[in-house]
Amino acid sequence: MRLTVLDGEEPQILRVDEPRIDSSVAIQFKDAVRAAVSPQASRVVLDLGAVEFIDSSGLGAIVAAMKGMGEGQRLDLAVLTPMVDRVFRLTRMDTIFVIHDTLEAARRGAGH
Amino acid sequence: MPQQEVSRSDRIFTLDLRSAPEEVRAALGLASGWLLARDLPPQVRGTVELVLAEVLNNVVEHAYGGLCRGTIHLEILPREGRIDLAIRDTGSAMPGGRPPPGERVDLDVPEADLPEGGFGWFLIRHLAERVRYRREAGANVLEIRIPLPPSA
Repeated sequence: MRLTVLDGEEPQILRVDEPRIDSSVAIQFKDAVRAAVSPQASRVVLDLGAVEFIDSSGLGAIVAAMKGMGEGQRLDLAVLTPMVDRVFRLTRMDTIFVIHDTLEAARRGAGH
Repeated sequence: MPQQEVSRSDRIFTLDLRSAPEEVRAALGLASGWLLARDLPPQVRGTVELVLAEVLNNVVEHAYGGLCRGTIHLEILPREGRIDLAIRDTGSAMPGGRPPPGERVDLDVPEADLPEGGFGWFLIRHLAERVRYRREAGANVLEIRIPLPPSA
């Protein structure tokens, strides 16, 4: 599971360098996010632009990562590809997360 | 890698895989490639791949209880206006002899109580037109029909 830290803080941006977040990587994904999140950042953005496929295990891992954030920290999502966007909308998880269309919007903090 | 029993036929895709997450991932890749060559719209391919992922994950986790010894047989058969999927395994039967209802997961809860699972059968039921399950000679047989959009 490869994650790249793009921006340090405010917001911290973590790019997921994997085409799939599925049951074979869900646990590693959750652990990798937990290890990468800066305790200083109040807002962390997961850049999902490279992720072409997510299943319910992957969705659960993103929820788990969000629940594992520190006090006063928030996890946003950015750049959902069509398939990933569809899974978030079908499960209504798009109502739980702030989702940014672009990284620029994520840096500004403007979500939908 | 899954056993390469992919049918060479243009009409039907068949594959046997072992019950392990990496095998599921590889099988989905093969299935997706086969569907791509059938010229189906990307959204349909995504739907089939997601439904298969959820079904196969359930077989690995529940029917075979995480043991990698089981075999799963998969068939994909595109038809007029729909795609039929058949999944067969020799793991334990579905509790109550029927697949879960797949109700929508309740998100109106405090953040700490947000569900990290339970989306699988909701997605399957939501995306499929029909789901049939039967226990037959010690095997689970699941038949799922995915509708094609009218234009496809």
